[in-house]
Amino acid sequence: MKIINYISNLAMPMIILIIVICAVKEKKNTFDIFLEGAKEGIETTFNIFPTLIGLFVAIGALRSSGILDTIVYFINPILNIIHFPSELMPLAILRPISGSSSIAIATDIMKNFGVDSTLGKMASTIMGSTETTIYTIAIYTSCVKIKKTRYILLAALCADFVGIVTSILVYKFIY
Amino acid sequence: MLNIVWPIFIIISFCFAIFSGNLESLNSSIFESTNDAINLSIDLLGTICLWNGIMQVANNTKVIETMSKFLKPIIRFLFPELKSNSNIQKEISMNMVANILGLGNAATPLGLKAMKSMQKENKNKEKLTDSMMMFIVINTASIQIIPTTVIAIRNSLGSENPTGIVFPVWIATILAAITRSNCYKNCYKNY
Repeated sequence: MKIINYISNLAMPMIILIIVICAVKEKKNTFDIFLEGAKEGIETTFNIFPTLIGLFVAIGALRSSGILDTIVYFINPILNIIHFPSELMPLAILRPISGSSSIAIATDIMKNFGVDSTLGKMASTIMGSTETTIYTIAIYTSCVKIKKTRYILLAALCADFVGIVTSILVYKFIY
Repeated sequence: MLNIVWPIFIIISFCFAIFSGNLESLNSSIFESTNDAINLSIDLLGTICLWNGIMQVANNTKVIETMSKFLKPIIRFLFPELKSNSNIQKEISMNMVANILGLGNAATPLGLKAMKSMQKENKNKEKLTDSMMMFIVINTASIQIIPTTVIAIRNSLGSENPTGIVFPVWIATILAAITRSNCYKNCYKNY
């Protein structure tokens, strides 16, 4: 547990350190370049803001209207068999389809069940270990105008499934 | 995609609320949600700006090129078809390093370049080659060392240890990546 935390905490400072040392070694105006990038960050945040508003309202409505609970109630018996926490089901479904809506759902889960609760950590791990699969496949195949994608979607979705299940099992076994 | 999903969410939940009598909580949740979106955006702003700055520095240095040399043996193993073409190998490894470092903005253009180079070598222009499939599979695997967005969200929600999830993320990513390449290899035999 302590080692896992240590490695987790070491990763971010190490990356920043390597990048900054490289920049200094190449005699770049490191801080000027940094400022340039940080400025773009403001734009990125404002660009996702409208999406967040729209999706937060929609997901909030799903939750408060009680329909999410009803759906979960009906699929719960199936999920119980494979020991899948039903609260994570909406995230697992939307994760491969849409990046922004899965951010909104994951945030919702972390807020409602506690960011440091097991469910919150599971949701974070799912977000970190999977990608917006369908979107990625779409841009990579469309840039070379290929329509015959063979079995790639199936392979990628299988892997997403494994990623999600592992994210859950890690916390069930290690912690 | 969201053009379909979003209206469905709104319609089914609003209708459900009307019939089940949950209108009061629906009303308060609408206003709460907009507040939440604003708070999250403000909190995300700091972390996103910091990482964008760091990424910009990385893009302007030779970090990606230097690190891509370490990936050579892995590339050779994953893309046996491309043995003779060192140019494509280089493009692929640069894309992988950008992904590993979490430089999404740099990874995508590099990746598209590699796809176009592979398409030039492709005999049947309509169909993905095995190398192309392997390459896309790697790009859907989210092989980044630091999941920056998640850490930013955790930080904004006041987590005691926002980076504590990094190691579990690695475990899940690696297992998913192994599944991908196995799926790929098994199907490859059958096709």
